[in-house]
Amino acid sequence: MHQNSHSGSFPITRHSLVLAAQSNDPATRSRAIEVIAAAYWRPVYKYVRMKWNIAPEDAADFTQEFFSRLLEKEFLDSYESSKGRLRTFLRTCADRLFMNQARDSRRLKRGVGTAHLSLDFMEAEQELATDVRSGSPEDSFDKEWVRSIFVLGLAKLQASCESRGKLIHFELFERYDLEDADPKPSYAQLATEFGLATTDVTNYLAFARREFRRCVLDQLREMTTGEEEFRREAQALLGVKVT
Amino acid sequence: MKSLSDRVLARLQADMQMPDLSGTRYNLLRYVACGGMGSVWLAEDTVLKRRVALKVLDFAGPADDLGVRLLREARILASLEHPGIVPVHDAGTLPDGRAFCCMKYVEGQTLTQHIATLNLPDRLRLLERIAEPLDFAHARGFIHRDLKPDNVMIGAFGEVLVMDWGLAKVGVTSLEAGETEIARAVQPTQNSLHVTGQGSVLGTRGYISPEQARGAIEVDHRTDIFSLGAILTFMLTGSAPGELPAASGTMPRPLRAISEKAMAADPNARYQSARGMTADITHYLNGEPVSAYLENLLERSGRVFARHRTAVVLVGVYLIMRVLFILFVRR
Repeated sequence: MHQNSHSGSFPITRHSLVLAAQSNDPATRSRAIEVIAAAYWRPVYKYVRMKWNIAPEDAADFTQEFFSRLLEKEFLDSYESSKGRLRTFLRTCADRLFMNQARDSRRLKRGVGTAHLSLDFMEAEQELATDVRSGSPEDSFDKEWVRSIFVLGLAKLQASCESRGKLIHFELFERYDLEDADPKPSYAQLATEFGLATTDVTNYLAFARREFRRCVLDQLREMTTGEEEFRREAQALLGVKVT
Repeated sequence: MKSLSDRVLARLQADMQMPDLSGTRYNLLRYVACGGMGSVWLAEDTVLKRRVALKVLDFAGPADDLGVRLLREARILASLEHPGIVPVHDAGTLPDGRAFCCMKYVEGQTLTQHIATLNLPDRLRLLERIAEPLDFAHARGFIHRDLKPDNVMIGAFGEVLVMDWGLAKVGVTSLEAGETEIARAVQPTQNSLHVTGQGSVLGTRGYISPEQARGAIEVDHRTDIFSLGAILTFMLTGSAPGELPAASGTMPRPLRAISEKAMAADPNARYQSARGMTADITHYLNGEPVSAYLENLLERSGRVFARHRTAVVLVGVYLIMRVLFILFVRR
């Protein structure tokens, strides 16, 4: 199974992803798990690395095994959206799987018996080395989940801009909002760089931000099972502290 | 797609929260606060060149039920023109699909922040002023349903404003009595009833009436009387009812009785109007008996003495001098 970061190509209706992942049709299930894996492999990998302090290669094996079990419907069949969020459920499943493996002492050997996802564990490992460690492994899981949803939203935004002939909007957004530069380039600098008027720069950025927001929330909507879960997850995603 | 650094992630989260005001008459100035359904932002109205508060939903739902609720709140505010109710200027949908409501920006403090500086009589006078807009809304058939210290603002000029009418509903009793056409105009649609009705529990613990906490649909304006009683307790003890039970011992007995009557479990045992409750507060401030408390002879004497202190002292001095004079003459 090959993980595809461009999950936007998967035509899932709203809130249908979990249902698709629970489907009896292997092809439907496989495509749904690809999308779930795209959003959750980093959180799972970093979570087990932090929480159980296991070696990178063991964490990579564990992550592969985890999604393999998801594909085999071992976990998702027992998921009921009325009882909790998918995010919390998957984290609990990761804990349970790890505890069971530790208890049974029959952790699979590297690369044996697991469906293989093409995941960039090296990159995740480099991120772990540079991440600012704050909070618990559970906090880290949630933060990685936000990061993954944003990355998937960005892929959607890029695809959307390309298909609408607005790639320059995406490039401006990438340059202004996605680069880690400090200080950020000014609108005037970008206008010179892209050969645009400054007002065009602000308008294009406003468009890209609006589209990015839509793409991220669409991505989230696919990955939740109903409006209530969507709203709660969207607030977590936006970092809204409800008072 | 490359992963995102923590700093970029935080920046994108901030971008996502920010309302998209492109093409509108508003310029974003800064974030103010957030609540259960959205956030409040300070903005500049570029046409009128004034600062306004924009209440913006976190996101647009497919059925946009919260958008319906926000629009309903705006309509309620628009229909309640009272110096104690924050005025609404505009409502609509932003380019990013989120519903918004533009209101007067109130610079000041919430009741929670404000009361620490006040003495007892000033606190009670403040409560009277909170009750005024409430009484006004009740008379027009509206129930606030989320009255609490954080939803009361004291402005820079000392004005008292009841905020956040997002959970407000049209009271059945007033409508049946045919008191107002305004209430009919903003009567919730089937959809908005779905949001705030159908037995769902809305409100804030400590200030919510028992019937509202049970999810009863047919709550009436007396649910706000309960909240007003809870606010009185808060103003006198610094804690919401139920948070620090021992603190109620420090309240003067008549005020405790007023609070207890307002917060009676049975709505029929409460004050039947905000005005009725404030009448008792006024009586207390004037040193008069309050309807909620039956005082004993000693308390009554003490109250009469406190109220007519000068007259009692003068009469006392006169009587003493008279006695002394009689004794002097007899000698």
